[in-house]
Amino acid sequence: MSTAYEGAVADLIAELGQLPGVGPKGAQRIAFHVLASDTADVARLAEALIQVKARVRFCVVCGNVAEAEKCRICVDERRNDTQICVVEEPRDVVAIERTREFRGRYHVLGGAINPINGIGPDELRIRELMTRLADGTVTEVIIATDPNVEGEATASYLSRLLGSMGLAVTRLASGLPVGGDLEYADEITLGRAFEGRVTMRA
Amino acid sequence: MRTYRDEAVVLRTHDLGEADRILTMLTREHGLVRAVAKGVRRTSSKFGGRLEPFGVIDVQLYSGRNLDVVTQVDTLAPHGRSIMADYGLYTTATAMVETAARLTDVEHEPATQQYLLLAGALRALADRRHASTLVLDSYLLRALAVAGWAPTFASCARCGQDGPHRAFSAPMGGALCTDCRPPGAAAPAPETFLLLGALLAGDWSVADGSDERHRRESSGLVSVYLQWHMERQLRSLRHVVRA
Ligand SMILES: [Zn+2]
Ligand SMILES: [Zn+2]
Repeated sequence: MSTAYEGAVADLIAELGQLPGVGPKGAQRIAFHVLASDTADVARLAEALIQVKARVRFCVVCGNVAEAEKCRICVDERRNDTQICVVEEPRDVVAIERTREFRGRYHVLGGAINPINGIGPDELRIRELMTRLADGTVTEVIIATDPNVEGEATASYLSRLLGSMGLAVTRLASGLPVGGDLEYADEITLGRAFEGRVTMRA
Repeated sequence: MRTYRDEAVVLRTHDLGEADRILTMLTREHGLVRAVAKGVRRTSSKFGGRLEPFGVIDVQLYSGRNLDVVTQVDTLAPHGRSIMADYGLYTTATAMVETAARLTDVEHEPATQQYLLLAGALRALADRRHASTLVLDSYLLRALAVAGWAPTFASCARCGQDGPHRAFSAPMGGALCTDCRPPGAAAPAPETFLLLGALLAGDWSVADGSDERHRRESSGLVSVYLQWHMERQLRSLRHVVRA
């Protein structure tokens, strides 16, 4: 696709094509939109891209995106320390926060177990989770991985691992459509899945 | 536009764009097929849940310009759910589908025997009919045999002399007599050779009766043999939790 264009335009189309959710046609459309935009608008976009990499990092406690050492949720003293909700990605934290169903803490794994892609338990932030659970403050771990194969397999791995620790391990209710992404669930469905969460057997 | 219908096992899926998914399937009549399923990650999708790995489906596709497109799906055997609820079964099934994809890597080239073997192995796994480590090793040996790389476990792989023999070498094709054995060949227990032969032949009464030690030794030899025949390392094999 990009061979039809030269130099800077081709470079931009190639870069945009690397983004998730952007196909070759979309990359072309965005590239020409950028070309047609004001220089000031383009500069703001470029600056936003640079700043997000410079300023945003990952929370040392939970792995969520943060602008300081710890994220907004981890420093919030009003949150319930006895519950941890385990999710795959920071975007899932946003999805669950929108439901207002959950007032505990989070733990972001950084993905799901996917052996064909070389991702086993050691490649995720599971050791960090075990460290957080060690002092006994947490009494319930809510597993909110995606309702697809990798997410379910990650949930069964975690329930096996946590089953012997004497805490409640729950999974979001199965009202969530199988094969979907958590981030696509609407607030009401996700909220209901939270309320109706079920205990996992190790 | 050409439409076709086939039975298939879903090997793996990749997200594409906002809501689509690319499926890699092993079909009964059309070999390995990569196809796009549109909109299946949205919660409103009718057939998202039917397109998960390890399941057997009845699928209708049309040949698109780049990728085939899924137009209809029915579930024939929803193995995915019971497999993914058990971490050991999940890692085992993952090693199977990765092997199947490697052994049939030319798209649309019929591989019916590979299809039947994989579908049968996934069913045995989901039904918990045998220990998962046995199902895996039996599947791997038989899939390699169908691909033309059958090992020998009784007669000598080099000179054909009748066994039982005491040495094993993956590069040389299996069991070796004392004259043919190269230096450094493995020396498995006689029971392990027996178990390997039973796994290759599908003799489950012998396999089910085997003990832990010989199962472990067999698994080691099978994975060495498998890796020897694969161009690249199988990524999922080291993640398998055996049971
Ligand atoms: Zn945090
Ligand atoms: Zn010989």
